[in-house]
Amino acid sequence: MRRTAPVSQWGSDFDVLDAKYVADPFLIWDQLRTTCPIAHTNRRGSTWLPTRYEDVTAIAHDIEHFSSLEVAVIPFEGEEPEEPVLPYGLPPISADPPLHTWTRRLLLPWFSHNRVESYEAMTRGLCSGLIDGFIADGRADAASDYAQQIPVRVIAHILGVSPDLSDTFTGWVRDVLEFADDHDRRVNAVQGLLEYFIEEVAKRRAEPGDDLLSELLRTEVDGAPIEDSLVLGAAALVLIAGVDTTWSAIGSSLWHLATHPADRKRMVEDPEVMSLAVEELLRAYSPVTMARIVTTDVEYAGCPMKAGDKILMNFPAANRDPEVFEDADEVILDRAHNRHVAFGSGIHRCAGSNLARMELRVALEEWLRRIPEFALAEGEEVTWAGGQVRGPRLLPVVF
Amino acid sequence: MKIRVDPDKCQGHARCYGLAPELFEVDDYGLSTVVGDGSVPPELEDRARLAIANCPEFAIEEV
Ligand code: HEM
Ligand code: SF4
Repeated sequence: MRRTAPVSQWGSDFDVLDAKYVADPFLIWDQLRTTCPIAHTNRRGSTWLPTRYEDVTAIAHDIEHFSSLEVAVIPFEGEEPEEPVLPYGLPPISADPPLHTWTRRLLLPWFSHNRVESYEAMTRGLCSGLIDGFIADGRADAASDYAQQIPVRVIAHILGVSPDLSDTFTGWVRDVLEFADDHDRRVNAVQGLLEYFIEEVAKRRAEPGDDLLSELLRTEVDGAPIEDSLVLGAAALVLIAGVDTTWSAIGSSLWHLATHPADRKRMVEDPEVMSLAVEELLRAYSPVTMARIVTTDVEYAGCPMKAGDKILMNFPAANRDPEVFEDADEVILDRAHNRHVAFGSGIHRCAGSNLARMELRVALEEWLRRIPEFALAEGEEVTWAGGQVRGPRLLPVVF
Repeated sequence: MKIRVDPDKCQGHARCYGLAPELFEVDDYGLSTVVGDGSVPPELEDRARLAIANCPEFAIEEV
């Protein structure tokens, strides 16, 4: 399905949903970085696309001119309800200070190093169980049978909601992020998600547990309980931010290993390389692009940005900038100097980055331990999702 | 060698802790601080330099 007209001018008329960009954006970024490092388009509103590390990180730090009140890469088209259920959106991701500061602090301890360690055994068991389900077949879809199944269950565990609903959660998250240009799908998913969490919040209120939702309901800020809309927003955010992103990282990493036998061999034979390799795979296949909204007219690097313009925070392209990374387009598993910004830069640094790293490492460890040799299934198609989150959606492999 | 973390720059990426857990502590909110007074034993100097070179916020410096 072609949803937009094909792009011929990437500098002045780019489209991140263009099939070419989704399948292989790397060359496009390399060309833009040298010819037009902050590209522009009027598709879906006036939008800028920086591709250099320096620009992306500088914009991320300039919260005065570049606000997080709109972080969706694909803008919502249609009527906003008069009394929205989430008047503040999904803080902290969709907030600027001061709201950002304290809502972020509510979430951070749930994803601290120590907490994340306590989720590791559960994650490992989950990965191993998934592999049990297909290892005898000699083939699997590494994206839909494996990568996609992991983060949603870990998040369900943290939120204290039923893992039996994982497919429903995954569907909602995909409709919000991956199919964001399909108005009805997006609206229905948001509604489904909110209705579900409204019910869960009521249940927790009657019968609190030791999960994230119950804890948020117990928390008081300045002597008063947090507004329900903020609890709902935080729960929805953790689900939306923690699922598609991490499964895309796991899927891209498995795609890399399926197509680069030398790297796969090295990771099997030298498990010590794992922690650097995880960072390198995150750098090379960064899944997440965010957005900012320009607050007041400003000229940045010669570009006349107007209040209301959108900036796409191209962390993935920043991570391939040859000014900062030697042989940027090559995966060097033990790359020693790797200041990547796959998890963002500045005050919105991914609150779940410790969790995401653990999940990626454990998912790769378990896969490589049980399936050290695998390759793409010949003649079958690999498909990629793009836009806000990039990663493989179908990844048939044989072993 | 002696190092410090600038608390105004640190955003809690935890790369330092991942590379050299002997040299850094990260609190529940992600903020990193150096262990002790930041003195680095000679055998850990290479890893201290790695931490400096991998911090995405340029928050770690040699003092
Ligand atoms: C590989 C997986 C992941 C990647 C690449 C990723 C990437 C990002 C990025 C780039 C941001 C910055 C947003 C911005 O600047 O506007 C962010 C924010 C965030 N992420 Fe992640 N993320 C991942 C996994 C997770 C997980 C597992 C969670 C779990 C809860 C999570 C929760 C959050 C939250 C709550 C924020 C908002 C932080 C704030 O605004 O202060 N992410 N993520
Ligand atoms: S790597 Fe840098 S930003 Fe991250 S915790 Fe360490 S000092 Fe802070």
